[in-house]
Amino acid sequence: MEYFIQQLVNGLTLGSIYGLIAIGYTMVYGIIGMINFAHGDIFMLGGFAALIVYLLLTTFFVGIPAALALLLMLIVAMLVTALWNWRIERVAYRPLRGSFRLAPLITAIGMSIVLSNFIQVTQGPRNKPIPQLVSSVYEVFGISISLKQIIIVLVTAVLLTVFWYIVNKTALGRAQRATEQDRKMAALLGIDVDRTISITFVMGAALAAVAGTMYLMYYGVAVFTDGFVPGVKAFTAAVLGGIGSLPGAVLGGILIGLIESIWSAYFSIDYKDVATFSILAIVLIFKPSGILGRPEVEKV
Amino acid sequence: MTGIETAMIQDPVLKVEHLSMRFGGLMAINDFSFEAARGNITALIGPNGAGKTTVFNCITGFYKPTMGMITLRQKAGPEFLLERMPDFEITRDAKVARTFQNIRLFSGLTVLENLLVAQHNMLMKASGYTVLGLLGFSGYKKAAAESVDIARHWLDRANLLNRADDPAGDLPYGDQRRLEIARAMCTGPELLCLDEPAAGLNPRESLALNDLLRTIRTESGTSILLIEHDMSVVMEISDHVVVLEYGQKISDGTPNHVQNDPKVIAAYLGVEDDEVEEVIAVVEGHEGGAL
Amino acid sequence: MANFSNSVDADGSARMARALREAFFAGLIALGMFALFVGLESGQNIRNELVLIPHPKTLTILILAVMAARFLMVAYVSPYLASQKVRNVTTGEMPTTSAARFFRLPAFIIALVLAVAMYVFASQAEQSLSPTGLAYFGMVRGLAVIYAIACFFFYFRVFVGDNFAKLAIVALVLYPPVIVYFFGFQGSLKWIDNFGIQILIYVMLAWGLNIVVGLAGLLDLGYVAFYAVGAYSYALLSSYFGLSFWVLLPLAGILAAFWGMILGFPVLRLRGDYLAIVTLAFGEIIRLVLINWTAVTKGTFGISGIAKATLFGIKFDATKTGFAALMGLPPSSAYYKIFLFYIILALALLTAFVTIRLRRMPIGRAWEALREDEIACRALGINTVTTKLTAFAIGAMFGGFAGSFFAVRQGFVSPESFVFLESAVILAIVVLGGMGSLTGIAIAAVVMVGGTEILRELSFLKVIFGPDFTPELYRMLLFGLAMVVVMVWKPRGFVGSREPTAFLNERKAVSGSFTKEGHG
Repeated sequence: MEYFIQQLVNGLTLGSIYGLIAIGYTMVYGIIGMINFAHGDIFMLGGFAALIVYLLLTTFFVGIPAALALLLMLIVAMLVTALWNWRIERVAYRPLRGSFRLAPLITAIGMSIVLSNFIQVTQGPRNKPIPQLVSSVYEVFGISISLKQIIIVLVTAVLLTVFWYIVNKTALGRAQRATEQDRKMAALLGIDVDRTISITFVMGAALAAVAGTMYLMYYGVAVFTDGFVPGVKAFTAAVLGGIGSLPGAVLGGILIGLIESIWSAYFSIDYKDVATFSILAIVLIFKPSGILGRPEVEKV
Repeated sequence: MTGIETAMIQDPVLKVEHLSMRFGGLMAINDFSFEAARGNITALIGPNGAGKTTVFNCITGFYKPTMGMITLRQKAGPEFLLERMPDFEITRDAKVARTFQNIRLFSGLTVLENLLVAQHNMLMKASGYTVLGLLGFSGYKKAAAESVDIARHWLDRANLLNRADDPAGDLPYGDQRRLEIARAMCTGPELLCLDEPAAGLNPRESLALNDLLRTIRTESGTSILLIEHDMSVVMEISDHVVVLEYGQKISDGTPNHVQNDPKVIAAYLGVEDDEVEEVIAVVEGHEGGAL
Repeated sequence: MANFSNSVDADGSARMARALREAFFAGLIALGMFALFVGLESGQNIRNELVLIPHPKTLTILILAVMAARFLMVAYVSPYLASQKVRNVTTGEMPTTSAARFFRLPAFIIALVLAVAMYVFASQAEQSLSPTGLAYFGMVRGLAVIYAIACFFFYFRVFVGDNFAKLAIVALVLYPPVIVYFFGFQGSLKWIDNFGIQILIYVMLAWGLNIVVGLAGLLDLGYVAFYAVGAYSYALLSSYFGLSFWVLLPLAGILAAFWGMILGFPVLRLRGDYLAIVTLAFGEIIRLVLINWTAVTKGTFGISGIAKATLFGIKFDATKTGFAALMGLPPSSAYYKIFLFYIILALALLTAFVTIRLRRMPIGRAWEALREDEIACRALGINTVTTKLTAFAIGAMFGGFAGSFFAVRQGFVSPESFVFLESAVILAIVVLGGMGSLTGIAIAAVVMVGGTEILRELSFLKVIFGPDFTPELYRMLLFGLAMVVVMVWKPRGFVGSREPTAFLNERKAVSGSFTKEGHG
């Protein structure tokens, strides 16, 4: 039983990271109906930004408190990654808006290749291990919960609340939802559609950067190929939860995290990704709109 | 029950009995029955949101009705229970073709290709389900030539021969409407269901459409069921009119009969339920007044 | 309009001011984007700890380059393009004139003479020039050859356009002998294997995927799975049962088609991006199974020592009964490569032939109709499920053929070869080429795969950027950038129009703006 709850805690942590990335996928998909294949690599980029900031801090400010270091890593990673995604949207996706549906998908795949190879070229292909930033572990009823896990879950919860508030309660969120429903009409009603979409990419990238920083802190290692597998899993999470839905993305992420950790614990660790993908396929075949998604009505 | 008698028809091609369709809590069609006679043009009219297109979607298999029975009897005798068949079999086996309210052409294919796609099942058989055709057997070539002839025939009737090699998406709106009808005719239907064929047409295009529909009736013997808002089209070409309001039938008969039915007038003018009686009294006062 | 010239001057200075301002902001943005990643490198020291290695010079050059590019763009390039547009409109000249301006006859002759002369004096140059000079010599020669070829295609563009397929087939059939003539058997290896066979494999894969994506409009992101099925079918069946390539080639195709049906059946109900993500998942599942089912597949070690293909029982080896001995030729591995080249050429042509044939058959038309409007298809009595399944199965079959060829060419298969990136590259070739167009796809494969392969040849870059510079490192980076640039430049691919499959009076190509890209 304790072992099981331990796995739940691990799964929840991992799932929170997936959920944070999935929000970026789901927001972009919601607003312009495009699978942003480069988003996984944006996450990787965020991790690297955090890594370099960490190295800067530990080189020039020896003995800096971990909390402050983590905060600075988060802020800089969010800013830099958001800047990247803002430019990427402008260069690679905006010129193709309203044209051929597959064209932005291909540029997104191209951007994904560019980003991972850019990091490989500039930062080198090797694994980048960093020492533990936060190492406290608490024992609660025989279950060990690390401070890292608490931070990750808390940050996810706070960010989800903030973003849920932005999307549902602010003028910006209203503009986003209007653009999502009908881009032309939104533009006619005076919404700056280009700006709204840019902001969506910026927000998605900032969350991915948070996820990247958390991933770096949790596993203590970064490598340029990191974007693909978490990226695909996060997209799986977004689809599983119902693409276009913010709570769905986090729910999907947590589900994927739980499936992964429980499958690894009780069955075979080798086949954990097979289990994830199989469950995705099964869910989609029986409930194509995901868990919290609106069913797609076929208009005749 | 609505209490509206279903007009007795000698040789119905389509018989709809007690059709009901529920979407969640909304009863879109409620116990709707009517018959369409073979060789006739039957019009289904009613105010917006009355459920006309839903009836069409039930007949053509795009929706599965909650209740009711839809029977199609072909000229040669066999009967089909449409509510039990998937949509593509309704066209392929029962021979019911349809068009759509918002035109659905294959806009990137040429006009001719659109008509050839409509003959898919015939050509599939002729090509030995692709295998023989791929190996170059002559049977397929002959069938392909025949299919082009059928297409040419309907292009001629729809007055689109000179646009045959243009992409369908390049045609003006009125031509697209007629092309969609020609395409449906290429499936060789017993019953042709047209969903608002005159919507958005200018007067000249509207006349061309009427011509096409008359040609279809006289030349091919295909029965037509149409939804229409344009009363001039309905009154001019239909033999039989069924009126639907809020998913229920309120009138059924000849154009003339329906035109003078006070319930129809009330439905179209939009009066409160309790005022219907008043309207009836008024109309009966001016017997034969125009709609 | 009295002070027209004044306003032009004012325009000019305002433009300069704007260009400077925009260049400054571009520089700021570039600083923000690159300061961390280019300016600082997270390297490892001797104790394997991470340390920062600053690269201020690279960062400065990069930012200055961005600023200069932005400045030139705003100040000169975009006004020039705008004025060209105005000129084209006012003079009624077609925009092709800018291409004609680039490909002038005198320049063509100079390039041709230069190229020929540099080939004639190649041996003298090798003796007299320093390595640096030799590298530049090679670069100039390469550029001259490329320019001359481009001119040739430009002058004969109408003829080439009309007879593209025939010319391409003739050129491909003659390719190995021509290459052998110029480079000798040993020197031909690289050109036939890395360029010829490699590109043709991608052409074939892209043509196979084209049936699914380009014709039927079903977005398949896991196509590499069928490639893997074909490769492992051959690898396993030949090593366990000793069956020959010619038996296993059709069998691999059938097995892949069978897998296509199995995977296709549950997922074809799904629409659009859901289909894309499930096919991606299936591709990954197959790869993960190949990695983890070590008892059969040997996992990441892969299967090596796969039997080679034979020509009517004649082996391509150095034994007495081998091809070289029988033909009385000196032993060389080139014969086998040439033999493989012709096999993959035949397979690719088979794919093209079947695709062209199928497009004129009801099933092919139904695929294209499905891409345009699925609901209308159902209303016309087309069984969309079987139609989609056949597209999936036939596409998968060609993937299987290509896979078994891949296994026989490499003599080794491992799950590493079947990653998502491969699916993405194949899909990119299909879309970049222009969905549905065999010619466009072949061009895209040559440009994208050949273009990145040629980077390996660009040794003169080492001279410019220093000996540590390895062009291969930038191969995928440039591949990705090329994907983005080509797509933004031509969103419908190289060949955006579609050939109709039947016509009444005259055959007219359908403009890409009418064709749809499918929902599934």
